[in-house]
Amino acid sequence: MTALAALIRRDIRIALRVGGGALIGVLFFLTVTVLMPFALGPDLALLTRLGPSILWLGALLASLLTLDRLFTSDHEDGSLDLIVMGRTPLELACAAKALAHWLAAGLPLILATPVLGLMLNLDATATSAVALTLLVGTPALTFIGMIGAALAVTLHRGGLLLAVLVLPLSIPVLIFGVAASQAAISGPLPFGTPFSILCAISLVSFVIGPFAAAASLRHGLD
Amino acid sequence: MRLRGRQIDCVRGGRAVFSGLDFEASSSHALAVIGPNGSGKTSLLRLIAGLLVPAGGSVALEGGADELTLPEQAHYLGHRDALKPALSVLENLSFWRDFLGGDASDPNESLAKVGLAHATHLPAAYLSAGQRRRLSIARLLAVRRPVWLLDEPTSALDAAGQDLFAGLMQGHLARGGIIVAATHAPLGIEADELRMGGGK
Repeated sequence: MTALAALIRRDIRIALRVGGGALIGVLFFLTVTVLMPFALGPDLALLTRLGPSILWLGALLASLLTLDRLFTSDHEDGSLDLIVMGRTPLELACAAKALAHWLAAGLPLILATPVLGLMLNLDATATSAVALTLLVGTPALTFIGMIGAALAVTLHRGGLLLAVLVLPLSIPVLIFGVAASQAAISGPLPFGTPFSILCAISLVSFVIGPFAAAASLRHGLD
Repeated sequence: MRLRGRQIDCVRGGRAVFSGLDFEASSSHALAVIGPNGSGKTSLLRLIAGLLVPAGGSVALEGGADELTLPEQAHYLGHRDALKPALSVLENLSFWRDFLGGDASDPNESLAKVGLAHATHLPAAYLSAGQRRRLSIARLLAVRRPVWLLDEPTSALDAAGQDLFAGLMQGHLARGGIIVAATHAPLGIEADELRMGGGK
């Protein structure tokens, strides 16, 4: 347990220091959402209708933005070798790294959502619905994205590969995340239906992500 | 305790690096792996560390802890320092001590032993190559592991640093440890030699 706690602490600390990736995601999220009303024009009804989708799209792209560094920086400086050799199972170490990434890069997105909701003319109910679905859905994005990040370790231009590999896998999260938010705002579907599926996707990704990432890291070591 | 490799074949990128290699190192003995560039010294160390899979043959540690694998009982000091520039010297070392676990000692003490006691709060980004190497060596002291796998351990170290490291290796051997070191320069300790790539 100390080993995993140490790994989480270290990754969060690096992300929050100068040059770490924690703020890049939030800044990107902010940029996309702030620019959207200017692009769509001053139609308040349209903004309200599109708001949840815009927030979800921004959060999805922002959480993938820094994900390709999840393993590559450890690979480049040799830390990954020691992590693989360590007494902590690699699957758990991967899960810890993903959790640290989500805490440093995913959680700030959710905290920023209420502010950005104002820009998109969303009321309190709509904003909290989006924030809740993001809270449940973004961990799934991180854990699914981790598989691509692990595959990208041994390849150059891993970032491109990450996008190609991970984006198709994250489409279900996007669909049910937006569907649940829309259901809470306008219906006619009950909120619970898409929301439970979103929760299920997250839980599945918690199981599959670490195992797939660890397998590809072991295979890719050279 | 005895580290033994039998008939190891190593293939990387479709090319046979070495084949049919035998070696043996027992407690309190150091094995210096020497040979020209590209003869497979690093590959051999990574193979022992479990970071490469041998194409044939096997490596085993006899007489070690039963419930641990060989990589879990070994320290690997590679070309790359496994240091994070954003973290301070002490944070870097404390992380590895906590992560590697097992029989650990006070990181401040280990830093003092490698001559970095004055720089504990300096970010690792500001360290020189020799200081980075010293910090990596402190990791070997902070967590006790019976097998040390060292890849060019004395590169970037000054003369005083090389003497210091020779003393540390001596201490490790005196406690019954095993050292396998790939090197071009003399290690400064008594060591058996394993010559690589001699036949080519």
